[in-house]
Amino acid sequence: MRLNKIILSFVSALVILFSTSVASFAKVVGDKIILGAAISLTGKYSSNGVHTQNGYNMAVDRINSMGGVKVGGKTYKFDIIYYDDESNPKRAAQLAERLISQDGVEFMLGPYSSGLTKAIAPVTEKYGVPMVEANGASRSLFTKGYKYLFAVLAPANLYLDVAIDLAVEKNNGKPVTVAMAFEQDAFSQDVRLGVLDAIKRTGSKKVIDDKLPKELNDMAATLVKVKQMKPDVLVVSGHTKGALTAIRQIAEMKVDVPMLAMTHCDAAKLSKQHGKNSQYALCASQWHKTLTYKDNFFKDGMTYAADFEKEFGYDPPYQSAESSAALLVFKDAFERANSFDQKKVRDALAATNMQTFYGNIKFAPGGQNVDKPMVLFQVMCDDSGKCENKVVAPTKWASAKLIHPVPKWSER
Amino acid sequence: MDFMVFQYPMITVQACLDGILLGILFALIAYGMALQWGVMNIINIAQGDLVILGGYIAYFMYLYGIHPAWGVIVAPVIMYFLGVLIYKLVINKVVDRDLFISILATFGISILFMQLMNFAFGADVVLANSDYGTTMLFNNNVVLPNSKLFSAFISILFAICLVIYMKKSKLGRAIRATAQNARAAKILGVDTEKVYAATFGINAALCGVAGALISITFTIHPYMGLPYTIRSFMIVIVAGLGNLPGVAMSGMGLGVFEEFADYILGTEFRIGSVFLLLVLILVYRRFKLSRKREYLK
Repeated sequence: MRLNKIILSFVSALVILFSTSVASFAKVVGDKIILGAAISLTGKYSSNGVHTQNGYNMAVDRINSMGGVKVGGKTYKFDIIYYDDESNPKRAAQLAERLISQDGVEFMLGPYSSGLTKAIAPVTEKYGVPMVEANGASRSLFTKGYKYLFAVLAPANLYLDVAIDLAVEKNNGKPVTVAMAFEQDAFSQDVRLGVLDAIKRTGSKKVIDDKLPKELNDMAATLVKVKQMKPDVLVVSGHTKGALTAIRQIAEMKVDVPMLAMTHCDAAKLSKQHGKNSQYALCASQWHKTLTYKDNFFKDGMTYAADFEKEFGYDPPYQSAESSAALLVFKDAFERANSFDQKKVRDALAATNMQTFYGNIKFAPGGQNVDKPMVLFQVMCDDSGKCENKVVAPTKWASAKLIHPVPKWSER
Repeated sequence: MDFMVFQYPMITVQACLDGILLGILFALIAYGMALQWGVMNIINIAQGDLVILGGYIAYFMYLYGIHPAWGVIVAPVIMYFLGVLIYKLVINKVVDRDLFISILATFGISILFMQLMNFAFGADVVLANSDYGTTMLFNNNVVLPNSKLFSAFISILFAICLVIYMKKSKLGRAIRATAQNARAAKILGVDTEKVYAATFGINAALCGVAGALISITFTIHPYMGLPYTIRSFMIVIVAGLGNLPGVAMSGMGLGVFEEFADYILGTEFRIGSVFLLLVLILVYRRFKLSRKREYLK
């Protein structure tokens, strides 16, 4: 009997707990629009998870302090419920369920990385919850016919195809030979597909096509092959570890290649870790602070970078910038929908056509942003060894001239 | 499949040299594992995490402007005391229990270390630059980063020192006596508790050295420990306990095997091939053992 009583009181305590939590977290409470986000605050994505969160927070503060969101003649402020997904897709999916069915969230912001976005998207889709995500670029996210998923960033297959075009252009329009080394995760493989498309389109030839393991810290074998085959372009994509390992070993093994193009150099803080050895590397980036896009909230990239640095103490990586842009998109959509009806907000999101400090945003039917090209920057160092990332392509945004071919190691 | 490695003799030479240099480093980690496995009968799953922790020590020295090569002196000292601490807190409670308990305990330590390192140092991949330059051989056709040569040299140096220490010092003799027969050693006045603590400390110190070398030659990351545990485990089961030349040979063999697997099967199968080799060796050993058992019958 006593046990029954204990169980009964335990259950009723739980019921009370849940009912209060639901009551306090409905989608729009008073003058607050509550968004939900599962973010990697611990685990292997924690550094980029924090960049994402900082980007979200920065935009929430800015929008709220500049008048908030006006819907139906009333002013609302943004608020975000965060949960830590531990960099684990299963956990992220659970948390999305929890945010929607227990916390009553009706609008979501994306997590960090393609893998986690992939885990969450089916959940938001099932409940018809609009999600604006800023950190899942994998092409497969946009081919599943999701109706409620919107990505402010360019899809992964566009990351490095610019580099192949650039190499062909520098080769007087003649095809080039390409060596590729890609990690086997969803994102890098999408980047690879984009490069393969570009190779086909330009009639170029791939001479090496290596896959890199998750535990990569040695790519000497690939580089020995590069030395032997002497390709015109070497393309590497393997997250931060790929970028760091490639630069270290290319310098140590004195591999001469006319063009080296990579992803994740921004996050890897290449020039900080490697100094002059990273010079001339080309890096694909979603955003760079010198781009001249404008909006009313953050003004432009340089101002955003300065404000961000003041608040968080470091130069914003593109992961933060795109996360901030996601909030601007939500604000714009709410005001155009003039309603909190999920369907109406979804339609308003689909019709988005705006410029933010991060770039133009316009969604294709699949949900990817088609109005913002990727940029390539090149690491350039001065004589004192101080290195900077300078945008070199596309030409419209270039702040420096591409140095091509990369000088040989014996001449540096 | 790509047999380029055999088509160009220079690539074959390169692969062999890379493999041997790498293998020497693996052998150092494996030696630590063999030592404590032999003495305490504990398979340390956290071996790789201790290695990574050693790497972070060198990395932080590098961050503060000290050349990371000094890490091979500082890291083992810190790691020795950490090893003794881990022994006092956890290992001494499982040392006499069966192997399964100790595997579970060290597995737990491994997870704890991974998460703590992630928490304390962040999830970024980091490395320490030595700026040692490169050695070119055979008309510039074979390149050997000096950092790899340095790490192989230091590994050999530490291994030699340890062998001499084991042979000549009082503690070394006590460790060897305990490995042979812990009960007899105890009866003859060896403080086995102290021996165990020292053994675990020495193992951690070796991991510290290896970690510092890895941060100089490759990259480190809080979750990169497991492949090092697996490699050292494999080297030890091939070589057997208390067989230092065997450990060195099988370490280098594994290094060369990995390099060739990398060239022939592709980099993505590098770690995979190590796991496959592990399974094959375990099956083979079991097969051999069962044959022996039949003779006995």
